[in-house]
This record gives sequence, C-alpha cells and structure tokens, in this order.
Amino acid sequence: MKRRSFVKSLAVAASIAVAGLGSSSLHAQQKTVKVGILHSLSGTMAISETVLKDVALMAIDEINAKGGVMGYKIEPVVVDPASNWPLFAEKARQLLTQDKVAVVFGCWTSVSRKSVLPVFEELNGLLFYPVQYEGEELSKNVFYTGAAPNQQAIPAVEYLMSKEGGGATRFVLLGTDYVYPRTTNKILRAFLKSKGVSDADIMEEYTPFGHSDYQTIIAKIKKFSSEGKKTAVISTINGDSNVPFYKELGNQGLKATDVPVVAFSVGEEELRGVDTKPLVGHLAAWNYFMSLKNPENDAFKKKWADYAKAKKLPGADKPLTNDPMEATYIGIYMWKAAVEKAKSFDTDKVIAAMGGQTFKAPSGFTVKMDEKNHHLWKPVFVGEVQPNGQFNVVWKTAGPIKAQPWSPFIPGNEKKKDEPELTGKK
Amino acid sequence: MRLRFALAVLLALAAVRPALALDAAAVEKLAFGDAEERSAALRVLVAEGDPRAAPFLAALAEGEVQTAGKRVLVVKGDAATDAVTGEAVSPLPAEREDVIANNRLRREIGAALASLKLVSPDPRVRLAAAKELAQGADPAALPLIEKAAAKESDPGIRSLLEFSLAALELASPDREKRLHAVRTLGAANSAAARAMLAGLLERGSGGEFREPDGDVRAEASRSLRSVESRLAWGERLGVLFTGASLGSILMLAALGLAITYGLMGVINMAHGELIMIGAYATYVVQNLFRAYAPAAFDWYLLAAIPVAFAAAALVGLLLERTVIRWLYGRPLETLLATWGASLILIQAVRSLFGAQNVQVENPAWMSGGIQALPNLVLPWNRIVIIVFAFAVLGMIALLLNRTRLGLFVRAVTQNRPMASCVGVPTGRIDAWAFALGAGIAGLAGAALSQIGNVGPDLGQGYIVDSFMVVVVGGVGQLAGTVYAGLGLGLVNKLLEGWSGAVLAKITVLVLIIVFIQKRPQGLFALKGRAVEA
Repeated sequence: MKRRSFVKSLAVAASIAVAGLGSSSLHAQQKTVKVGILHSLSGTMAISETVLKDVALMAIDEINAKGGVMGYKIEPVVVDPASNWPLFAEKARQLLTQDKVAVVFGCWTSVSRKSVLPVFEELNGLLFYPVQYEGEELSKNVFYTGAAPNQQAIPAVEYLMSKEGGGATRFVLLGTDYVYPRTTNKILRAFLKSKGVSDADIMEEYTPFGHSDYQTIIAKIKKFSSEGKKTAVISTINGDSNVPFYKELGNQGLKATDVPVVAFSVGEEELRGVDTKPLVGHLAAWNYFMSLKNPENDAFKKKWADYAKAKKLPGADKPLTNDPMEATYIGIYMWKAAVEKAKSFDTDKVIAAMGGQTFKAPSGFTVKMDEKNHHLWKPVFVGEVQPNGQFNVVWKTAGPIKAQPWSPFIPGNEKKKDEPELTGKK
Repeated sequence: MRLRFALAVLLALAAVRPALALDAAAVEKLAFGDAEERSAALRVLVAEGDPRAAPFLAALAEGEVQTAGKRVLVVKGDAATDAVTGEAVSPLPAEREDVIANNRLRREIGAALASLKLVSPDPRVRLAAAKELAQGADPAALPLIEKAAAKESDPGIRSLLEFSLAALELASPDREKRLHAVRTLGAANSAAARAMLAGLLERGSGGEFREPDGDVRAEASRSLRSVESRLAWGERLGVLFTGASLGSILMLAALGLAITYGLMGVINMAHGELIMIGAYATYVVQNLFRAYAPAAFDWYLLAAIPVAFAAAALVGLLLERTVIRWLYGRPLETLLATWGASLILIQAVRSLFGAQNVQVENPAWMSGGIQALPNLVLPWNRIVIIVFAFAVLGMIALLLNRTRLGLFVRAVTQNRPMASCVGVPTGRIDAWAFALGAGIAGLAGAALSQIGNVGPDLGQGYIVDSFMVVVVGGVGQLAGTVYAGLGLGLVNKLLEGWSGAVLAKITVLVLIIVFIQKRPQGLFALKGRAVEA
C-alpha cells in the first residue's frame, strides 16, 4: 500500500516535471500541482494563523479561476500542526515526501520556522514565510515575505524616541519566552545602547506561551514608568496571550498618552474581541494596515470580504485583513510569477527566478524580492489603535526599504554575507 | 512656517470675529496642518479661552472630526456640524477625510481641555480638570492655573492645582521657587511626584546634575524618600491584591475538584474540561443575549452563571452514571477513563465550536477599575471574581453543612457501608455529589471566561493547578482548599514580582514537591478512622 502510493506519487511528480519542461496549454485544466499550507489551526497560535490559511486558499482559488499556474491547477494541501513545534517538522516532512508539494506557505512563530528549516534544507523544499521575524537566518530554501528587524522593530523604536512619538527614553521590552522576542530584544538593546540609553533604563520581561495573568507585569510597568523619564513598552507577545494583556492594560488604566505600547505581533485580527476603547493610541508597527487607502488595498479587502462571506468563515460579518495576510498573498503571487519565469516547478529553478520579482502590493507600494537575500523590500508603517479596532498610520517610510537579515547591531554580523550560503544539497 | 503661524496669531487677534464662530484659522491649522502647526494652533485656541473650543477639541481627540474639501466638520453618527460656525451640515458630503489625532496631539488636547475647564462653575468638572493637569501641564498654562488656584475654594482641588504649579515651578530660574516646589511635591503622594523628584537628582550627559543647586537637591532627596515610603504602601497592597486575585481563581478552579477528588476520591482528569464547558456555556449565553436581547447585554453574565452550572453538572452527571460509577475504588482505571473522557470532551467542543478561541466580552460594568490609591488601580473584573469565589465557597459550605444532601455526602464520605446500612442511597448520593462538583467547575469556567481566553484547551491549563491546590490543602475537606488556593496565589505573585513569571512558576512547583515530601497529607489532614478507610 505504502509502496504503491509512493510509486504513484512518484509517477505524478515525474509527469509534472516532464510536463513542466514543455509548457503546453492544450490539456491545461487536467494537470494539477500540489501546494502545502502549514499553519496552526488549533492551539495558542490559531488566533493568528487560521486566517493565513484562509487567505492562502483565497489566493489559490483566484489563481485557479484565471487558469492556474502555467496551465496547472493548484491543489492546496492543508495540514494542522496545532501550535506544536515538533509537529511542524513532522507535517513539513509529510508535505514534502508524501504529498510532493511544489512549495509550502506556512509558519508564524520563529520557533516553528526553526523546527521545519532542517527538513526543507534536507529535502530541498521551498518555504514562503509570511511573518515579521528576528532575522539572523538566511536559508536558500526559504523566502521571507515578512519584515526583518530593520523593516519593523528599529523604525518603530526610532519613532517612539522622536518628538512626535513622545520622546521615550526608557523602555520595557516585554515578550513571550522564545527565540523571536529574545533575539529581537537583543537587537533592540544594542540599538538603544547605541542611542545612549543605559541598561538601567531598560527592563526586560518574558512570559510563557499562553500566559494569561498580566497583573504583576502591568504593575511593574507602572512602577518602572513612574521612576522618571518618558517610558514606552515594546511588546513582542505572541498568540492569544495578547487578549488578556490588552484587557489588563485597559482595566488598570495605563493610557497610551502616558505609556505607549508598541506591538510587533498584534494586528487587526488579534484585537478582534478586545474592547479597544481603552487602548486608543497604543501602537503597532507593520508593513501593511487594513486602513491604508489605495486601489490595491480596496480590491484586496473586497476580495477577502467576499471570500469570507462565501465560505462562511468565522468573523465574516466583520472581515479583517492584516500584515501577515498581505505577506502570504504577495508570496503566493510571487511564487506564481517565478514559476512562470522559470517555466518549471523545480525548486532550484524557482529560487533562481525569484530574485527581482515585483508585485503591486495592497500596501500601495510595488514590493520587490531582493535579487540576493531572499527578503522583500517593504515600506514600514507605524499605526495607532483607533476606537474601532483599526490602526491609523501616524508615520511611514517614503518607500520600500531593503531588509537586513543580519542586524548590524549584533556583533559578528558584519562579516556575514547578504545572501544564502550555497551549501544546500542538490 | 513659524512666520505663517505668527501671521495666523495676528490675524486671529486682530480680526473681529462673528460672535458665534470659532477661530477659523486655528481650526483649519488643527485639521490640515503638520504636527508643529497643530500644537501652535491648539495654544492659540487655549490662549483665547473660548469655551466653545472645548467640545471641538474633545471631538478632535475622539476622532470625530472630518474634513470635506476646505470645510472642517464635527461628525457624530449621521449628524454633522461645521466646526467653525457651529451650523448643522446636511446632507453629509460624500467625500470626507478623517482628521487623525496621534498620542502627542491627544496629550496636548487633554491638557488644553483641562485648563479650559478650570473656570467651570461645576466643582466636579474642575476636579477632573485639576487631576488631568496634575499628570503634567504645559508651561503655557501656568498663568491660567495660578489664577484658578487663587480663586479655588475647594481644598481638594486647590491642593491638586498647587501640585501642578509646583511641577511647573521646578523649571523656574528662581531658587526659592524651586525649593518651595520641591517641598510641595514631597507632600503629595503620586507617582508623578516621584518621577519629577527623581528627575531632579539625575545627572545629565556631561555628568552635571540636572538641578544645579545643592540645597534644592538635598531637599529633593528628602521629599523623594517621603513620597516613596508612602507609595510603597500602594505597591505592597497591589501585590496582596494580585495575590488574592490569583488565589481566588485557583480556589474557584479547585473547589469542584475538592468535592469530586477531595471528598469522593475520584481522580477526575476531566475536571479541566468541565471548567471549559462552563466557559463555553457562558459564550453561548452571551451570543443568545446579543441576538435576542441586545438591550440587556450587560447582564448576560448573571444568566450565564446558572446555565454554566447546569451544563457542567449535566455533563458531570452523565460522566458519573456512565463511566465513573463502575470504577469506584479503582483509582488507576478512573484516572485513565476520565482522561479519555477529557479528550472526548475537548474534541467534541472542537467539532461544535471550532478549534479557535471564541470571544467572550466583558460586560461594561466589569471594565475599568477603581483608583484605590494614587498608584493602585483595582480592576473591576478581578474584584467581581474575588467576591464571586467567596460567594461560591459560602454556598458550598452551607450546602454541605446545613442540608440533608450535604449530611448524606459527608456520611458517605466518612463511612460508606455504615451510611448504606442506615438507609442512605449511596449510589444516588455519589451521582449528586459528582454533579455538584462538576457544576462548581462550570461556575469557575464562567468566571475564567471573563479574564482569560476561551478555547478547547482552556481546561488543560487549570487541571494541574487544581490538583496542586487540593493536594497541598489536604484531601478530604474544604478549608484546606481555601487556604492552599489563596496561599499559592500569594506566594506565586510575591515570587513573580521578584523573579519573573517563568521562574516563579518553577519555584512554586519545587516548593510544593518539598512540602508534599515533608507533609504528604497536606495542610489539613483528616484525623481518625476515615483516614484508614
């Protein structure tokens, strides 16, 4: 049984490869290509990741309706790694070896990405990772469509230190206890030091995944902020802990005009179901906000609202879009463009065709995949929470900026090359 | 830009404005200008002291101001008024842009509004304004505050105003004024005073003190100490309150288990899922209220309490009748069976409601908190849960000690064969007691839905804590659960303040292991024959 299905899938893969070489549009609709979607649909990260699965399916439907990729119909394979990091690796292996997917769109937390990375490198798979992250990684097999620290964290902190942002000189670095917040805070601490902020003016706090009692931490922040100087909180809390955190923040009356909180993993979706009136003025930094006004975004929002309604998704009565959804969407279309340029689904050929791809993104800018470093050039926005749960952009970059996966604020990084080492197996 | 601003001020001062209109130039600057122009325009409006500016500024801070072409509108719902003339505008222009107020502007508007309101005849409005100013006033407001402080008759408001004055005088070039300011701040007990005093004692980038005068510095450090010693009380009470809050949650989660495990001896691994069912019952009631009685939405929680109890009790009853009653006296099998039941319940909820968390909203009266001390806010949802936990405890105590069912439960717990001999229907009593324990778990779920996330895995997070509380408290009676729950909450919060959330959790677990080794029977042990039975 096992052998037979293996042989069968091998045959399918072979036929795809053969057909891929000579592009034919004659019997276009019969041929399919499998694409993996690897997002937690349960557990602590489901709050953030479920919509990424849905937006990926929407983009795939859209592409299929217009004739697919090179005449191939995309067949999505959705798996649920359940916010369980080792399970991510298992599911990734299953997608690559059993389902023989051409590409995988997935992961949110850096710990899940780190856990699937060896699988993708070993099997020479292709992963599109759609979330802002801490950098310090560059794999030939991964394209990062979210922000690197210099496209999110650093500009946000610069904004907080500016006169417009309140002129903060004292910082609380608050996060969930895993690799992304720890590394980001390491970078931020070095950055703040370079700006003349002393260690005594930086407080670092971590909580476990799924933590729900933020009383002590908010009390600590209040005390820390009352010890003189303007204080700001930089939150890298991930997942559903954000709901109790913001609830407690509102209840304890810590107002944004006194101590602004800027979050890197909180978007429109995470604030759904939180009473945002006490949170007005708290900030988030992203490369896209739902409130942006431009024709691409209007079209994107409309597509999503229609799709959510048609599929009766939970929350379809109030459809929300956010940054990682935009990044997923960009990723899928760029992959399509690269496949069509390479005229092949072969991993190495697609990787080679990815560099320099551009896409007119819902952020209103044309974003470009860097020729070398596998990251997107992205615009940066800082937004303030409004009473309706949306963000109003209060600061933005003039245009897309280049990603620096190796942060210059971590010693030793200056020697690292701005492109993946080509040591991956053929 | 500065020239333009000066021009605007001149124009504003020179123009004889129509009696009903706000300063049009300033309004326009506020709506269309950049950050600097907006703060300047704001100062113009405040300096004019026009009381009609207040509602406009409030609307601006609330995000209710929009522009249509060159007109500035205040839009509330479907009704719009022209910000300058105050006339109603209808119909609403189709093309409108929001005027965005950011934190800086909101902060400035707050202070500006406060100084405008200082002249209000209503003492409550003045008090609110004085409180706002005490958070940090603009130096431009100094003359206004001085005037208001001189006229103020209410001592509470006056002391707040004097505090704001002192805060502004810290920057005065006059040494005597600064000394006086430092003394005034020392008498206040607010976190803002501490921040200002601490700021004086800091050194600048060149190593020189912010405050050049040594006497003022000495006075400042004296004042700082007295403010800090008073604020320390707020902090200590804060730790006690958070400890009590966590303790009451632990106690609530464990009370149901204290009955099913403590009294009946059933190792009920599905206890956490019974809590989860209570939380989901609350969610269902919330949705029903939203759909059928939106006017009474704020009170859905009251209706949810009995529903949560009934739902969990029903599931508990089913569980007891179908699984557990065949397994009395076989703890290992009970453990496995109830664990299996817990997985079934989780999956059932997942299939019914989806794997994602569902949103349970706090009713309006549970949002916010009361300012107990200048640096201590007690959130309403925590207070309500503490009260609720003790109410549930009181009910259980009454039920067990004052009713026939309670008497039977105690009789069966102490000596089953003897109770059976005198005619107590032990089987039925077991079922009722288990349903009671399950129902109380449901109540805990209703309470937990107000502070945490509600998802299929909700119960998993509380099962370990619940067993911990019951075991530490001592199996077999309720008092131990109460002391253990509150005690563990307090210890956890004390440690958390000192070592962080991750380490505190570890330390508490280590302490419990050591405690159980020294005293396996828990805090309160049953004495006598029941122990051997």
